[in-house]
Amino acid sequence: MMRVFAIAEVSSGELDPVSIELLNLANAIKGEGSAEAVVIGNNLSEFAGELAKHADKVWKIEDGSLENYNPEMYVDVLLQLFSREKPDVVLIPNSSRGAEFAPLLAVKLSAPIVTDIVGLDFSNGVKATRYIFQGKLLVDVLVKESESYVFTVRQGVFKDECRVEGEVVDSGIKPSASPKREFVGIVEPEAGEVDISQADIVVSVGRGIDDASNIELAEELAEVLGGVVAGSRPVIDSGWLPKDRQVGISGKTVKPKLYLALGISGAFQHIMGMKDSELIIAVNKDPEAPIFGVAQYGIVGDLFDVVPALIEKLREVKG
Amino acid sequence: MTLKIIVLAKHAADPESEIHVSADGKGVDEKGLVFDINDWDRYAIEEAIRIKEEHGGEVVVVGVGYADDTLRKCLAMGADRAIKIPLDSGMDSYMTAMAVKEAIADETFDLILAGLMSQDYNNALTGPILAGMLDIPYATAVTSISVEDGKIRVVRELEGGYGEENTLPLPALITVQSGINEPRYVSIMGIKRAKTKELKEISVDAGEGRIQVEKVYVPPVEKAELIEGSPEEIAEKLVEILKDRGLI
Ligand SMILES: Cc1cc2nc3c(=O)[nH]c(=O)nc-3n(C[C@H](O)[C@H](O)[C@H](O)COP(=O)(O)OP(=O)(O)OC[C@H]3O[C@@H](n4cnc5c(N)ncnc54)[C@H](O)[C@@H]3O)c2cc1C
Ligand SMILES: Nc1ncnc2c1ncn2[C@@H]1O[C@H](COP(=O)(O)O)[C@@H](O)[C@H]1O
Repeated sequence: MMRVFAIAEVSSGELDPVSIELLNLANAIKGEGSAEAVVIGNNLSEFAGELAKHADKVWKIEDGSLENYNPEMYVDVLLQLFSREKPDVVLIPNSSRGAEFAPLLAVKLSAPIVTDIVGLDFSNGVKATRYIFQGKLLVDVLVKESESYVFTVRQGVFKDECRVEGEVVDSGIKPSASPKREFVGIVEPEAGEVDISQADIVVSVGRGIDDASNIELAEELAEVLGGVVAGSRPVIDSGWLPKDRQVGISGKTVKPKLYLALGISGAFQHIMGMKDSELIIAVNKDPEAPIFGVAQYGIVGDLFDVVPALIEKLREVKG
Repeated sequence: MTLKIIVLAKHAADPESEIHVSADGKGVDEKGLVFDINDWDRYAIEEAIRIKEEHGGEVVVVGVGYADDTLRKCLAMGADRAIKIPLDSGMDSYMTAMAVKEAIADETFDLILAGLMSQDYNNALTGPILAGMLDIPYATAVTSISVEDGKIRVVRELEGGYGEENTLPLPALITVQSGINEPRYVSIMGIKRAKTKELKEISVDAGEGRIQVEKVYVPPVEKAELIEGSPEEIAEKLVEILKDRGLI
């Protein structure tokens, strides 16, 4: 009888779809037990109703002081709930916030934790699967036996929907202490001159572009193609392109007609920002680069050979 | 106010080096791997040195496992002293955090800085687990830190370019996201000065681990259709594809 709890994610006044994915996983592993959702915040009825379509039970933890996320308060209320309800497994989104409060919860529950999992198997001990080396390898880890387990779950993996129709329960739980850390406010993204999410053609460069001075080459290509230049995180971190040109989970999501990835390895956090592009073409020296897993066409080679040749050819045909 | 800052720095394998699964299928072959300071920790040590330069204090860098080269690099960048903990905690961040907790038991500190995650194992756990064990407030994925009286003000990164501003009373623990600063290069002067700085070894008992690696393997991927030939031939084929799609 396994009780699997999924902590829903509400951000900017919306239920994040990853919440349902957690419940899909919870339902898949619960066996004779239950898949239970927990939703934390203020004014949660609508979200709780949505979650109840996929859970045996939905626990609402509602209070004005929970309006804004705070890891200490989240863990405080979850510990109160779990001291009563005794979870076997706790699933948390591997989002910025989930990845932050999950480890504290695990420490306080004295539970083992595995982060960013893409697979979970209870058939023979407890086995979790995750990527290491930025997506280059997978690892199966065996987790030491424990009363409860905490996992953070990668978004976009557990898509097989499960309908359950459970009940919503008001937990009555309130934060028991005021947190040391204080929330001040949300910081909006900086807006730049070019909105890469609106462009039809995106020429995107990664660490493989090697130096700020080589950005010019990408700009030349973007110009002949009538597109814009974007980049992966390291390119933005190095200051070679402005922040609003970053593609990925912590940058922008783009869905252009053509996404040309030059010297980008294809880490999950990057892929999340461009995988729905209509056509993806990747140039990379490394035949094993994960970017070739999402691209329709791949060129294993040096971008400094391919790009100049492509610019020349394009100029030729365009006259 | 002066601050005593502890920085966690891992000597980590570069995911862009040559990666092969080891013969027993439970790890990564050391051959081909290139080790250096974990990229996120480069930003963390830089941030600590900047805070010290502005407010005064001390920077102590701590490494678990074979960490000498990384610790010396941090000393050369400007850390004051280093602590090395000889322990192979492998992929188990819980053990790493426990080891650090034990090793710094006699240190007082205002701030602990760690990287958001290790570039090889990508757990993003050591920092927040340590904060939980020490019962101090923390924030992860931080992209800016400013020191105020008895507290710090940080912005942490959310999805989609958004951030979240918080204040934390000291002592606190922060994990640093890449791009928070522009890490300095190691100077010859720095390397010379580092030779006179203390690098102390502290052995600790970090208890038992909580995870065990069963199997490491290469993920199966559906591969893109490869375009081959000379750069000119490749360019020609690409232009054909773009034409077919009405993109040029
Ligand atoms: C919380 C979090 C959020 C993140 N958010 C984002 C995000 O929004 N966007 C993002 O991009 N990343 C993000 N990242 C970082 C991400 O994990 C990767 O580190 C990053 O995407 C790697 O960028 P890259 O592919 O440019 O660099 P690398 O991984 O270093 O890859 C460089 C590639 O270039 C190739 N190469 C080198 N030279 C050449 C050449 N001459 N010709 C052709 N190929 C060459 C190499 O083979 C390699 O594959 C985030 C990480 C975290 C932890
Ligand atoms: N062996 C280690 N020695 C020193 N610091 C470490 C070690 N392992 C992890 N850390 C710190 O913890 C952060 C997160 O690591 P991880 O939990 O492995 O993703 C790193 O960026 C380091 O700051």
